[in-house]
Amino acid sequence: MSIFVDDDTRVVVQGITGGEGKFHTQQMLEYGTNVVAGAVPGKGGQDVDGVPVYDTVDQAVEAEDATASVVFVPPAFAGDAIFEALDTDLDLVVAITEGVPTQDMAKVNKRLSEVDTKLLGPNCPGIITPGEAKLGILPGNIFESGNVGLVSRSGTLTYQVVSNLTERGIGQTTAIGIGGDPIIGTSFIDALEAFEADPETDAVVMCGEIGGEDEEQAAKYIAENMDTPVAGFIAGRTAPPGKRMGHAGAIVSGSGTGTAESKISALNDAGVPVGDTPEEVADSIEDFL
Amino acid sequence: MKLHEYQAKGIFADAGIPVPESQLADSVEGVLDAVAEIGYPAAIKAQVHVGGRGKAGGIKIATSEDEAREAAESILGMDLKGYTVDRVLVEQGVDFVDEYYVGVTMDRGEGKPVAMVSTKGGVDIEQVAEEDPEAIAQEHIDPAFGLQPYQARKVVYDAGVPAEYARDVTAILSKLYDLYEDNDASDIEVNPVMITSDDDVIAADAVMNIDEDALFRHPDLAEMEEDAYQNDLERKAGEYGFDYVRLSGNTGIIGNGAGLVMTTLDLVDYYGGTPANFLDIGGGAKAERVANALDMVFSDENVDSVVFNIFGGITRGDEVAKGINEALEQFDEIPKPVVVRLAGTNAKEGMEILNTDLVEVEATLAEAVQRAVTNAEEVAQ
Repeated sequence: MSIFVDDDTRVVVQGITGGEGKFHTQQMLEYGTNVVAGAVPGKGGQDVDGVPVYDTVDQAVEAEDATASVVFVPPAFAGDAIFEALDTDLDLVVAITEGVPTQDMAKVNKRLSEVDTKLLGPNCPGIITPGEAKLGILPGNIFESGNVGLVSRSGTLTYQVVSNLTERGIGQTTAIGIGGDPIIGTSFIDALEAFEADPETDAVVMCGEIGGEDEEQAAKYIAENMDTPVAGFIAGRTAPPGKRMGHAGAIVSGSGTGTAESKISALNDAGVPVGDTPEEVADSIEDFL
Repeated sequence: MKLHEYQAKGIFADAGIPVPESQLADSVEGVLDAVAEIGYPAAIKAQVHVGGRGKAGGIKIATSEDEAREAAESILGMDLKGYTVDRVLVEQGVDFVDEYYVGVTMDRGEGKPVAMVSTKGGVDIEQVAEEDPEAIAQEHIDPAFGLQPYQARKVVYDAGVPAEYARDVTAILSKLYDLYEDNDASDIEVNPVMITSDDDVIAADAVMNIDEDALFRHPDLAEMEEDAYQNDLERKAGEYGFDYVRLSGNTGIIGNGAGLVMTTLDLVDYYGGTPANFLDIGGGAKAERVANALDMVFSDENVDSVVFNIFGGITRGDEVAKGINEALEQFDEIPKPVVVRLAGTNAKEGMEILNTDLVEVEATLAEAVQRAVTNAEEVAQ
């Protein structure tokens, strides 16, 4: 089992003819993902590595029975591309693009509340169910199939923690990067809820970072609703207030909300051990299993 | 991107929001000329991107030419929390009877803009939010429909604004929301909105920050960006296109991906060192970018040692190694010891290329950080 994606997932890549879209389509195909279509306005009828391209997402879904999309569209057009995907019958939209204007995402967020389709991202590395499907830019070779779920705001931090797990022979059911922007689709809670419902997931790693209050809300959710044990990590303990640490959402406000301390203590109060190092997170998971 | 008060007030005035008469000046003579025209009392306000300017001595009221000269001499050229003041806004002093707060920002938890009004203006609104949250009325706005007129009235009445000023305050809020939306602002606020002794309602201060990710569709605003950088290193990082934040420690840090770079900083601290900076080279960096990153960190005089931590997804270890070699081979002597840890895509190829006469290599993140911290301690002695 897994959550959100598996070997039945049929993927349409939005922006498949661009540099990143093309490269990562090849990578996803190599990993064994069913990439069934591309969507690029004006490029309908072409193909990329044998994958047929359509002018609209709707046409791609109709013709190839796509169930999920991955968005590699530049930031200026990404909001529109996500809207286009949300207005079809897709189950999941994964937006990789970094730098989507926040007010565009507020409008997308509004539409999201009106449809059944899930959104992952934007500004995220994507999602992988090891051995089955990879949607996004994660390096497939570090993952191994297993029984630990992972949800994280950050791409490379995910890779670090996954490698600490895989080195100990601990594999993953599904790993999800939810993205580092202030307004994102799938939240920690959405992912935790899905892992809790997945019988194959025996433990969960949650990697948060400074900014916002999503980790605090997730802690509350864990305390009230989860039986599956969770181990946590919070990046940004040394971040000064008022400075954006790379991710648009990673900022401790001047008044002191969004700090690592607040998140760590909320998680600890919920019974979640928070590692000082990625190694310690793997230690906790090993203890759980 | 932050706009200066004078820039935001220009935009507010064009939108029909009443603001006091003012002039920008960059010299003592300029201030005196401006005051002569505007009259007394006049406020002389430092134009720098710093909160709490008043408390820090960056705002002074002058009631005579001597006071104006004194204020101009003390503010122009002063250092305000790391920024040098080279311009002041000379503004008509307002005799006020009350001060309110009006603002619009993004509530990231809700994913919606929120309009806020309070009759406790003129003080740090974040402090009010903490101590007396009831004193701030809020109304969330559906981004698809914008701020409806009734919502603007509702939040103004909820805040307890007296009926005789409610119409004018509502008008300011509605115009602020239009500016927020039209300009892709991330925050827009007036603190204080002043009720003058003549019963006028005017915007006495102006804050307007623009979403940097949306600047591509606002070239006019992009041109208004001024002295965004607090120091030369941040300016240089801006030119190289790095996400960079300078800190006060002596272990320089370079990595890929915001979460992992933050983690590297945290580990430097955990192992007893002090981080000198946050530097994210981003995804898919090529050799030249890697070399630029090293140049950045080497040019920080606080840095005694460097840790280079890469976990490649789209970033390739061999490209990173090539960049490190190129950057270091130009030195007769390596300026500061560099510890490298490469993992992920093409890490093995990278390790083979890496010139280990020039750098130390560690296999894990923890070992690399500990080595860099030890190096920093040794160099500092």
